[in-house]
Amino acid sequence: MRITQGTFSYLPDLTDDEITAQVAYALGNGWPCSVEFTDDPHPRNVYWEMWGLPMFDLVDPAGVLQEINDCRRAYPAHYIRLNAYDAGVHQTMALSFLVQRPAEEPGFRLDREEHGDRRIRYRLHPYVLDRPAGQRYT
Amino acid sequence: MTSFDMRGPAPSPDEPEPDGPPAVETLPEGATVDLIQERADSHIDEVLDQLDTDLVGLATVKTRIREIAALLLIDRLRARFGLSASRPNLHMCFTGSPGTGKTTVAMRLAELLHRLGYLRRGHLVAVTRDDLVGQYVGHTAPKTKEVVKRAMGGVLFIDEAYYLYRTENERDYGQESIEILLQMMENDRDDIVVVLAGYRDRMDSFFASNPGMSSRIAHHIDFPDYSEEELAAIGDMMLRDAGYRLGAETVPVFREYLRRRQEQPRFANARSVRNALERARLRHAGRLLAAGDRVGIEELTTLQPEDFLGSRVFDSA
Ligand SMILES: Nc1ncnc2c1ncn2[C@@H]1O[C@H](COP(=O)(O)OP(=O)(O)OP(=O)(O)O)[C@@H](O)[C@H]1O
Repeated sequence: MRITQGTFSYLPDLTDDEITAQVAYALGNGWPCSVEFTDDPHPRNVYWEMWGLPMFDLVDPAGVLQEINDCRRAYPAHYIRLNAYDAGVHQTMALSFLVQRPAEEPGFRLDREEHGDRRIRYRLHPYVLDRPAGQRYT
Repeated sequence: MTSFDMRGPAPSPDEPEPDGPPAVETLPEGATVDLIQERADSHIDEVLDQLDTDLVGLATVKTRIREIAALLLIDRLRARFGLSASRPNLHMCFTGSPGTGKTTVAMRLAELLHRLGYLRRGHLVAVTRDDLVGQYVGHTAPKTKEVVKRAMGGVLFIDEAYYLYRTENERDYGQESIEILLQMMENDRDDIVVVLAGYRDRMDSFFASNPGMSSRIAHHIDFPDYSEEELAAIGDMMLRDAGYRLGAETVPVFREYLRRRQEQPRFANARSVRNALERARLRHAGRLLAAGDRVGIEELTTLQPEDFLGSRVFDSA
């Protein structure tokens, strides 16, 4: 199941040229970029691992692309996303999108949990979470 | 499980890249291009003329920069004919005493390379050892890489680059920084131009102990010290920009000041001139206020001999 998360997630995966253009747009707005990765695809998993520190004072997207590619080399089968933070008035993430996803995305299973009074709780369970971190998409 | 597929029709994959340069076709063998037009289109003459007018003297430096500009312009044309498409090596070394205009020229160079299409942005990031080298194990690499990323698309200007290498301590973290720079100067040649700056003799010994660095530098440009005339002309220019002038009796005093200052330690050429003028302005302002008279444009803009004679430089006399 193709995960949709962040901006552009309903589009086909962005090419490096398209990513470069988006990063240039972010830098043009003065938004520092950062790279994060994870192998836990659960939608509630908001805290991804940081790939290095956020990059401040960049002028040109080449440096950001370099970090994305370094991260891809280190984690060839993880999810990787690019974040652009608006440190101005908004003080929040202005743009965040996936720049890599695993080749196979097994998807989720729905667990039902019985409760008192015949209530049922539902839970989303990513199949990959049954395997230890670091070995989930190999 | 089916996906939440709400994708619209896929855009055609071979759309032109929005920011990239328009694809240029290789010119046929018999074709010719108009050099005058090409030159005008690149707008490099504005930068070169500005270099000429903004900086006094430095004739050899200006000639070298013009030569490099000409080479790059021709290289670009050759590429249009399908000749030698590989990008020339542009890393440089500027040697000379402090205050001889190295940073200023590097700034113009960045703009020039930007206009010629060799740099995407054309900004200058000026750093020294402290910006590149860390304090503890594992600190240097990220620090250097961060600086390199900031300079991408422009010029990385490393002032007093020889401090990166400390002969007396092999385990100095500077070495690590040098290695990252070397790698980047090779791999990211399209993204960044490195300019190393510093004193001539120290730079020479730096290159002697770092042959890898030396072989990656394509152009060595030497910045000579300014003569007294040039220093005076630089002073005139700075005063004009600031809206001041020297009174008739002040001119010889200023000359004498320059002559004495040149002899003293830590003389930093144009920068010393700038500092001297700043201090003269201070004395000038103090003098006017102390006198408490009525003043007009004449008094407000004219520096008098005593504004310079108050300097420590004249103490020894
Ligand atoms: N030829 C010149 N004409 C006019 N102004 C000059 C000239 N050369 C230098 N200056 C001025 O002197 C000041 C110092 O110059 P700059 O910073 O470029 O020197 P530098 O060689 O890089 O010195 P350092 O190596 O110590 O950093 C600047 O304010 C610059 O405008």
